[in-house]
Amino acid sequence: MAEDTDILVAPEHDHSDEDGHWEGGEAKPFDTSYGKLMMWYFLLSDAFTFAGFLIAYGTLRFSSISWPVPDKVFATAPFGIHNLGIFGGEAPLIFVTFMSFLLIISSGTMVRAVQEGALENKRGVVFWMFLTVLGGAGFLGCQAWEWNNLINHEHMTVTTNPFGSYTENGFFLDPETGEQTDEPVELGETYLLHVAGAEHGEAGEETFAYPETAGNYAGFEIMGDGTPYIRRKYMATDGPDAGSIKTQQFGPTAFGALFFGITGFHGFHVLTGVAFLLIILINSASGVYAMRANGYEMVEKIGLYWHFVDLVWVFVFLVFYLL
Amino acid sequence: MASHATYEEQTAAVWKGLGLLAVVTLVEVALSLLKAAEWAKGYESIFAIASILIIVLSIYKAYFIIFEFMHMAYEVKGLAMSVLLPVFLLLWAVIAFFYEGDAWKNNRETVNERNRMEREILPNPGQAVGAGVEETTTMD
Repeated sequence: MAEDTDILVAPEHDHSDEDGHWEGGEAKPFDTSYGKLMMWYFLLSDAFTFAGFLIAYGTLRFSSISWPVPDKVFATAPFGIHNLGIFGGEAPLIFVTFMSFLLIISSGTMVRAVQEGALENKRGVVFWMFLTVLGGAGFLGCQAWEWNNLINHEHMTVTTNPFGSYTENGFFLDPETGEQTDEPVELGETYLLHVAGAEHGEAGEETFAYPETAGNYAGFEIMGDGTPYIRRKYMATDGPDAGSIKTQQFGPTAFGALFFGITGFHGFHVLTGVAFLLIILINSASGVYAMRANGYEMVEKIGLYWHFVDLVWVFVFLVFYLL
Repeated sequence: MASHATYEEQTAAVWKGLGLLAVVTLVEVALSLLKAAEWAKGYESIFAIASILIIVLSIYKAYFIIFEFMHMAYEVKGLAMSVLLPVFLLLWAVIAFFYEGDAWKNNRETVNERNRMEREILPNPGQAVGAGVEETTTMD
């Protein structure tokens, strides 16, 4: 007895045959184990949390007069890939598509790990779980790059959204003279307000040197809470304000908070998933689950969680990037 | 793990499933780029059909992940129903909240319209007409 580890249920601790014990005997609800059943119900509750967030996004988007177009917001990629010849400065959705593929592939390797577990093949479980961890870590790395680009190069914060969309057509004013130019403002087109004097995420086409001091200038304004954002002026040619001079506005404030909140919450799930995958990988490698002789059920349970993370990304990808 | 397929069939099914998900994702991205393309402007119906297709494909991806990768297809029916049926509660949440959001937008536009009319009837003497007029529409 003494040399037994506590991993195995010792026969003298098994009270299932005694009357009045709540372990309930042999019958399993829904013909599955307690752990798997509860994992399913946890995932159900988590699905409602994510659904709440995504529905909030949809509601706020519906309530806004304009919304930044994702193809323009998420048009950069690492290593200046978006500046290559084939993309010419914009690589819409390319990077997030790559991120999606990482998660989908890691979902596939997770299925393989579960299959090997059912066959009690320790080496197979460890190998495929390791690949899954790599996929998850790669996804997190990509997300870190994306956040860094948005925060440090495009200057989006939780409360300031420099991505806006024009609500009317018109023509820009010349920054220097304030005269109307023939550079058009197009209804529905998404723009990014640049911070004065700072580098930004996209290839610059501006030739005018903007000052860095806040103020109201002839053809533009430099304003923002603490950070000086350049906001150009334009003459509206249609819409209710046709004929009057307007200034570029910040985009819907909620956009930044929703983006960082929801992708952050999902990223936190991925991070937790990677941590638990690692724990279970180490346990598998050290033979803990082989001793349980239950077809590596723990791998199956973390597999359910990992697929759920992928499943949520399907919908985050849908509402933030595709629509 | 109720699949009675052989080991080879099982592993082949995983790679086939991955391929399927990859192709569906690529089609979604292509549709998304299509509806945002320059020439699609003014074709609202194309925009709407592409969006609906993308949503349907995403739901198909979700179905595939749950039923094949998460093995819901091989679980007892009671388990599947107890997990999947509550999700349908969200249908009403989506309809109700999106309707609400749309109503906010309409109210906001009405308020802006009234403000504009007021300005035309009673021009604020303190406000310079023409250059530098600050618009009252906020976008958040």
